[in-house]
Amino acid sequence: MAEVDIKNYCLNFGPQHPAAHGVLRMVMELDGEIVERVDPHIGLLHRGTEKLIEHKQYLQAMPYFDRLDYVAPMNQEHAFVMAIEKLANVEVPERGQYIRVLFSEIGRILNHLLNLTTHGMDVGALTPILWGFEEREILMEFYEAVCGARLHAAYFRPGGVHQDLPAGLADRIMKWTETFPNTLADMEALLIDNRIFKQRNVDIGVFDADEALAWGFTGPMLRSTGVAWDLRKSEPYEVYDKMDFKVAIGNAGDCYDRFMLRIAEIRESLKMIRQCLNDMPEGPVMSIDTKIAPPRRGEMKRSMEALIHHFKLYTEGFKVPEGEAYAAVEAPKGEFGVYLVSDGSNRPYRCKIRAPGFAHLQAMDYLLKGHMLADAPAVLGAMDIVFGEVDR
Amino acid sequence: MTDKALKSLGDHIATSLENEVISTSVAFGELTVVARAEHVQKVLTFLRDDQECMFKQLTDLCGADYPERIRRFDVVYHLLSVQLNQRIRVKVETDADTPVPSAIDVFPAANWYEREAWDMYGIFFADHPDLRRMLTDYGFQGHPLRKDFPLTGFVECRYSEEEKRIVYEPVKLKQEFRNFDFMSPWESAQYVLPGDEKADEAAESKEGAK
Repeated sequence: MAEVDIKNYCLNFGPQHPAAHGVLRMVMELDGEIVERVDPHIGLLHRGTEKLIEHKQYLQAMPYFDRLDYVAPMNQEHAFVMAIEKLANVEVPERGQYIRVLFSEIGRILNHLLNLTTHGMDVGALTPILWGFEEREILMEFYEAVCGARLHAAYFRPGGVHQDLPAGLADRIMKWTETFPNTLADMEALLIDNRIFKQRNVDIGVFDADEALAWGFTGPMLRSTGVAWDLRKSEPYEVYDKMDFKVAIGNAGDCYDRFMLRIAEIRESLKMIRQCLNDMPEGPVMSIDTKIAPPRRGEMKRSMEALIHHFKLYTEGFKVPEGEAYAAVEAPKGEFGVYLVSDGSNRPYRCKIRAPGFAHLQAMDYLLKGHMLADAPAVLGAMDIVFGEVDR
Repeated sequence: MTDKALKSLGDHIATSLENEVISTSVAFGELTVVARAEHVQKVLTFLRDDQECMFKQLTDLCGADYPERIRRFDVVYHLLSVQLNQRIRVKVETDADTPVPSAIDVFPAANWYEREAWDMYGIFFADHPDLRRMLTDYGFQGHPLRKDFPLTGFVECRYSEEEKRIVYEPVKLKQEFRNFDFMSPWESAQYVLPGDEKADEAAESKEGAK
């Protein structure tokens, strides 16, 4: 038989593909069903956040961070306010720190619930997403209770958080932490021993610790290779040093490990939420540094000076001393950092957003080479990509 | 890490790389190393492999624009050492014409970050295998994060029903973009108030007459 010259096949994955987790276009070169080369085209959701931030005052720039990784909005705000606090040298009162940790961990569960269930859906399991989203809805109600918005919270402010918890919220969250483990166990039971789920994920998208470091992986991606690197432990910010929790690590570095690791992280987060609620002291939630923190509403009703002060802070804004700082938090997806350059005025001179998903996605070509086409959604799902933060 | 430990790390780097490093400084608990752009590969390789540095991960790479300088761009590298739990910032200066050696050979993660810096600032990276635009639209012109690029951009796009395709047109605004800065005039903002343009000249000629 004469040798037939088989040409590689070029496939356009996305930009509108349910397993692309948003607007990702991947140009794939296939040899039969084997992926030879992947070229992800990103930027379809680019909104110029960094440019817009340069034209806004610090406080006005803050809500843009909710719109980056819209799955866990408050964790992003956290990095930005920490960068401002570093430059302006502001202390956050202890209750404010506890509330921040509480809502960062709620954000982590929000994120992991979405990721685990959509990852399940990408490889064919439809039930978990229905159960998981019910729980997410409850968590968003907690968000709504403190800041009035389910998604775009704008709750973390430089110097603390905007408002104290409303009466009764702590009890509601506590009650939820008691019922949620049952749902989680049910969801887990559907997937972790499932033959199909395992066939689709075990030994798929494997990398080791050195590769993970070289490619700039952070968060669950890095920890799945056995590196116990978690900013909450290694560079503890807020009250994370008082929290009693373990860093979940994997050892195989495949998609299945990353899935299991996120389930373990949910359990640790639940533990931390309970600790926060139990240990939270009374006191102010916002710094008393009046250069940054606005006067309280009650004060403004009685004092003219407070009213003027409030007006000044919300029109002129506060000024941040000259300098540059990098602040990073352990966001659910990995290290979320903000590199902030201030020229001493009331607006950021430069604000670079370091999104974990950007670093993860660029290794797509490296990770997928030699895999089957059907593995692409599994690898992508276990990476935990949200285009709000990748495209910015 | 304490400022003292950071400072001694900075001194170690400065003495080991005498010809490549211009200065080191510690501010806000962070160590910044300013290096010569043409040697940046050597600096990054040293920081990655040296026993006291071990910065195995490139966390971030970005550009920054300071138009008033002769070499207007900064390329800022943020490195992280997981082993020693320390961070460092490396900065190099460049302009729109001088290429910076690409860091891909040292850190593969630099690939997309350099593409982004090229896209946003027009900083050219020498020996980058694939220096295409990253985040902006296909066929976009200009470098949007430069300080002289207007916030509104130059073109807007819409779907044209007649031509059955997306068309690009110059931006038409119903109202000019209003850039308020709200700063107190007696504190820091330097305005020329309308009708006051010649005030400075008048004051100067008065001085001269005296």
